[in-house]
Amino acid sequence: QFGAEFRRFSLDRYKPGKFEDFYKLILHIHHIANLEVMIGYADVHGDLLPINNDDNFFKAVSSAHPLLRVFIQRQDEVDYSNFGTNTLSRKKKALVTLRNDNLRRRPHINISLPHDFRPVSSIIDVDILPETHRRVRLYRHGCEKPLGFYIRDGTSVRVTPHGLEKVPGIFISRMVPGGLAESTGLLAVNDEVLEVNGIEVAGKTLDQVTDMMIANSHNLIITVKPANQRNNIIRSSRMSGSSGQSTDSTASHHSLSTSHVLQNFHPDEMESDEEADIVIEGGLEPQHIPKLHSLTSSSLSRINGSSLSHRLQRDLVLNNNSGRESNGNIHKLLSSLKTDPRHSLVIPRGGIEEDGTVITL
Amino acid sequence: MRRFLRPGHDPVRERLKRDLFQFNKTVEHGFPHQPSALGYSPFLRLMAIGTRSGAIKLYGAPGVEFMGLHEENNTVMQIHFIPDQCQLVTLLDDNSLHLWSLKQHGGASELREEHRFTLKGPPGSPPSATQVTAVLPHSSREVLYLGTESGNIFVVELPSFRVLEDRTITPEAVLQRIPEDNCNRRSCELVEALREHPKNPDQILIGYSRALIVLWDLQKNKAIQHFLGSQQLENLYWQRDGSKFISCHYDGSYTQWPVSSDNRQSEPLENTVPYGPFPCKAISKIYWQTTKNGLPYIIFQGGMPRASYGDRHSISVIHGSQQTAFDFTSRVIDFFIIFSSDPAAEFDDPSALVVLAEEELVVIDLKSAGWPAVHPPYLASLHCSAITCSHHVSNIPLKLWERIISAGSKQNIHYSSMPWPIDGGTNIAPDPPQRDLLLTGHEDGTVRFWDASGVCLHLLYKLSTVRVFLTDADPNDNMNTLGEDEWPPLRKVGTFDPYSDDPRLGIQKIYLCKYSGYLAVAGTAGQVLVMELNDEDAEHVVDHAEADLLQDQEGYRWKGHEKLKTRDGPVRFEAGFQPFVLVQCQPPAVVTSLALHSEWKLVAFGTSHGFGLFDHQQKRLVFVKCTLHPSDQLALEGPLSRVKSLKKSLRQSFRRIRRSRVSSRKRRGGGGNASEVQEANAKFDQDALQEMELAPVQRKIEARSAEDSFTGFVRTLYFADTFLRDSSRHCPSLWAGTNGGTVYAFCLRVPPAERRMDEPVRAEQAKEIQLMHRAPVVGILVLDGRSTPLPEPLEVAHDLSKSPDMQGSHQLLVVSEEQFKVFTLPKVSSKLKLKLTALEGCRVRKVTVANFGSCKTDDYSENDLAVLTNLGDIQIISLPFLKLQIRYPCIRKEDVSGIASCVFTKYGQGFYLISPSEFERFSLSTKWLVEPRCIVDTPEVTSNNHVHNKSGTENAARKS
Repeated sequence: QFGAEFRRFSLDRYKPGKFEDFYKLILHIHHIANLEVMIGYADVHGDLLPINNDDNFFKAVSSAHPLLRVFIQRQDEVDYSNFGTNTLSRKKKALVTLRNDNLRRRPHINISLPHDFRPVSSIIDVDILPETHRRVRLYRHGCEKPLGFYIRDGTSVRVTPHGLEKVPGIFISRMVPGGLAESTGLLAVNDEVLEVNGIEVAGKTLDQVTDMMIANSHNLIITVKPANQRNNIIRSSRMSGSSGQSTDSTASHHSLSTSHVLQNFHPDEMESDEEADIVIEGGLEPQHIPKLHSLTSSSLSRINGSSLSHRLQRDLVLNNNSGRESNGNIHKLLSSLKTDPRHSLVIPRGGIEEDGTVITL
Repeated sequence: MRRFLRPGHDPVRERLKRDLFQFNKTVEHGFPHQPSALGYSPFLRLMAIGTRSGAIKLYGAPGVEFMGLHEENNTVMQIHFIPDQCQLVTLLDDNSLHLWSLKQHGGASELREEHRFTLKGPPGSPPSATQVTAVLPHSSREVLYLGTESGNIFVVELPSFRVLEDRTITPEAVLQRIPEDNCNRRSCELVEALREHPKNPDQILIGYSRALIVLWDLQKNKAIQHFLGSQQLENLYWQRDGSKFISCHYDGSYTQWPVSSDNRQSEPLENTVPYGPFPCKAISKIYWQTTKNGLPYIIFQGGMPRASYGDRHSISVIHGSQQTAFDFTSRVIDFFIIFSSDPAAEFDDPSALVVLAEEELVVIDLKSAGWPAVHPPYLASLHCSAITCSHHVSNIPLKLWERIISAGSKQNIHYSSMPWPIDGGTNIAPDPPQRDLLLTGHEDGTVRFWDASGVCLHLLYKLSTVRVFLTDADPNDNMNTLGEDEWPPLRKVGTFDPYSDDPRLGIQKIYLCKYSGYLAVAGTAGQVLVMELNDEDAEHVVDHAEADLLQDQEGYRWKGHEKLKTRDGPVRFEAGFQPFVLVQCQPPAVVTSLALHSEWKLVAFGTSHGFGLFDHQQKRLVFVKCTLHPSDQLALEGPLSRVKSLKKSLRQSFRRIRRSRVSSRKRRGGGGNASEVQEANAKFDQDALQEMELAPVQRKIEARSAEDSFTGFVRTLYFADTFLRDSSRHCPSLWAGTNGGTVYAFCLRVPPAERRMDEPVRAEQAKEIQLMHRAPVVGILVLDGRSTPLPEPLEVAHDLSKSPDMQGSHQLLVVSEEQFKVFTLPKVSSKLKLKLTALEGCRVRKVTVANFGSCKTDDYSENDLAVLTNLGDIQIISLPFLKLQIRYPCIRKEDVSGIASCVFTKYGQGFYLISPSEFERFSLSTKWLVEPRCIVDTPEVTSNNHVHNKSGTENAARKS
């Protein structure tokens, strides 16, 4: 089915409608309604960007001038690493469509695919937690932002068979402006921390909880009891909300960089999300490079067992200057390289520029 | 994740764990912190020491030790043994009295508290009415006389502590018999001393603070005689025959008084101010000891001329024309004399003076000429200079053991040969299973070698590194050298000297190879010394090399201390460990890790800037590696002062204040520079303190990053012969782990023995591992093909270990503060891990491989990791599967210095400091357990003193 088929159709530029409907339309036009496909488009820079929710669908439509090139791939063939890299010209399975008129949406559990963006946070385990609690996962991988929050000791009131009881608790005391924690909008000052990566905080000291959070900082899952209980997720309606359903107003400012995914939390999954150590063989003359996809395919990349070649990596870095989605990964690579700058790269000072920020090594 | 939390379900393993592991705190080594009271039983020949935290410790013959703790944790003010009993009474500062007994239980004696009691006055009386100031256990063993602040003497029955109200000796009753013209009610305020007549148990001597002394008849309930001194009374002492007693006073005088039944009021026989004529300090306690030759020993505490020597802590001994004032470096708590306890003996014949000072126990042999000190077998002052590090070596070969003892005995020639005079009780503990050495490094640049095999931690040998360096201290500045005619005749005794002349001399890391006798010692100013054991004195030049750890990094300025200056030319070293190589790191930052390979003759050292490898055979630096992050200004600048704990900085500023006080007294003028530094330091500490006070109690949550400070700090160094490059050839390697979670591995080429001097040792970096979680690397270990840790250098050569399995694939274990992680070798890929911090919120502070033997069978033993966390817990983690076996709470998590001082042995024991002067010994093993086990014989029960006296006479007669 996916040879190289081209279709043109039209859409109302000013009333693009919902993504779901667009998705259906595409499937219909191409007679591939029984397939899971991935829809992408080419933006003004020629980058291939995904379309999978209302927001980016709208963005895509509005950026079309006048033609929006839409690419459709089978879900399982999608090479996510291609997104954001300058690979559009190599696309074979491309379809060009004209704007079409509005259609109706269809409920779909994947409001947005976690792979399509660099996820920074998610609410998880909504189905198993009490409604007053919120389990938040912060992804620091591929993000140069600091986690950016502080915790303190405090007392919390619990309902017990003997009435209300004051018990010591750990609370978020401060958010660093611009930090990951603040930008997610899922955590707030005075939220009580109940668990860290599935382990209860009760009975642990502030220092212990600090150490646990830092030890888990690459994949931090905090269960909090929000100080503000008005924005709690209402379960009955969780399927029908918009992508910003998680309640909070700040999230919308970051709608492009923030995605809220519902997914169950499995302890085993956390195990598999293991951070990878970097091994450099031969010390002064490093030989190998990790495969590109391993760095970009998921937020939690895996370099284990492979090693870095600084020269190749420099190429990678320079080739991706215009990249956007992969910035975080580059940062991660760079920061991992900084551990031993003496035998590293011959990158000229200020040689790497991204989004106006100069990275010097 | 859950699989780590789940307790093991394998019942076989659970049973085995019970046979292998068990946690016990077994014995406290060293000198009790803040002693406050001393007691001695001539009958049991046991000594008791009470402390300000309410502990009471009994010591007898070496190995005979008991410990008790008052629940109240109040200061022990007085300790009195009940005559001829296995019982003692303690008085605490809350005015409570406690009766303790030694009872046999399960074949060994135990110290137990039997009763407690607080004296209650009539309702409405002031607290002073019952504030106990003097305690006299009567020789009848039935009653206790309690002198109080009000002047009343209460009588309580033992062991019930029932007050016998009708027998109370009130000031009014005393005054009835005394003419009113020279006494009034106020004369009888505050009972200072109560002494029973040595021959007549019905008479006691009562000394009131205002110098009224009354001889009281207990039967007739009346004063027999009274004595009126002119100066405030401090203490009383009976002469052996009861014909005279002696009183000592606040003005530094003592007075002899005659006792006769016909004289109601006596005049003194003799009144002396031994250190007069200028005003003197009080004599707080005095002994008058008779001898066969007629010349008494007069031994007293204090009495020094107030103006010039008022700050001295002294005990004077006068015997005929001989007079010495023993000068202690810390406050004298109390003292006693060991003399003939046989009641039938005609003379006291004192043999030893036992002095409890605040920081040490000093025993003086009074029988030998010159009154030399006796080397104590226990109660060693571990902190005579502050302990800066410790190192334990198990199972010392006999040869090395004997050589160390022989070197030590040459240092101890000035000690008396007298056998230890406090020899009560019998040690029934089995002989220690092996010879163990505990090495402590000290602030003054010394290393002390302790026999840690058994219950008594005993000093074998002391090594000083100071000789290698030129220090500010004037070698002739000896406060002891006094001319012939010096008055008072002070003589410094004891070893406690907390003042280091130069803090740069401090020892930070120690490594001893027990097979070769090579010792590596590293210190605060980046100095690394390699030493060899030599049985003779020798004079030689120490080879000197510098290791520039910053290499080509330029433009940085070291703001810390300068490196130590070395002595030129040959230096004379006494028998023992003699240095032959000195490597000085540049910048001279504190050495943070050290490893020695005696077979390859290599020593590796690391600081906050990097690490280096030195070939001490060819005396050549093999390589250095800078680990410093260029932006890490803090590490560049100098000592780690900014990350010191609050506790430490506080302690240090106090020490500095103390030190500056001393140094200003010691060397006036001069040393202006030093005092400036001190001031700057003090100011810095103060600033840091202020900063901490202002910060609210909150913690930043942030992932570790490469930009953090002190990532280059080298935490651990490890030598291994393993497969680093490929799986077919193994080679010597050096591994280094940093604070930033980096592990460096260097491949070494060590020439074969026959060409060892001809070819250079080469090193090449083979691997660099960056742990993603970036936590400090605290341990590196290679497991052989059988998953057994590689043996120590020379261990196999001495047939003490199986050769490592070089066939199967080796594994690398990296222990960071947060995780344990096993990697394959030679290709480093993660195999297995235990994320300790993520699971439990604790971090690894210390980790060692320990061998645990089963208490059931002799043929089973296994290697596990013994881990101490920052919460003070000890965990045992299996090898190679990293399964948590068992966890014991050991040290309070607030006790930062205790956790920092912990050292594990190879066989599952350990030590940590519970105070600056005491090591607590603990055991994790069911098999190796060193704890006191002793027996104190119950004396024959006699109904009264008289009968006992008779039996004593009989004994004496039988003896003669």
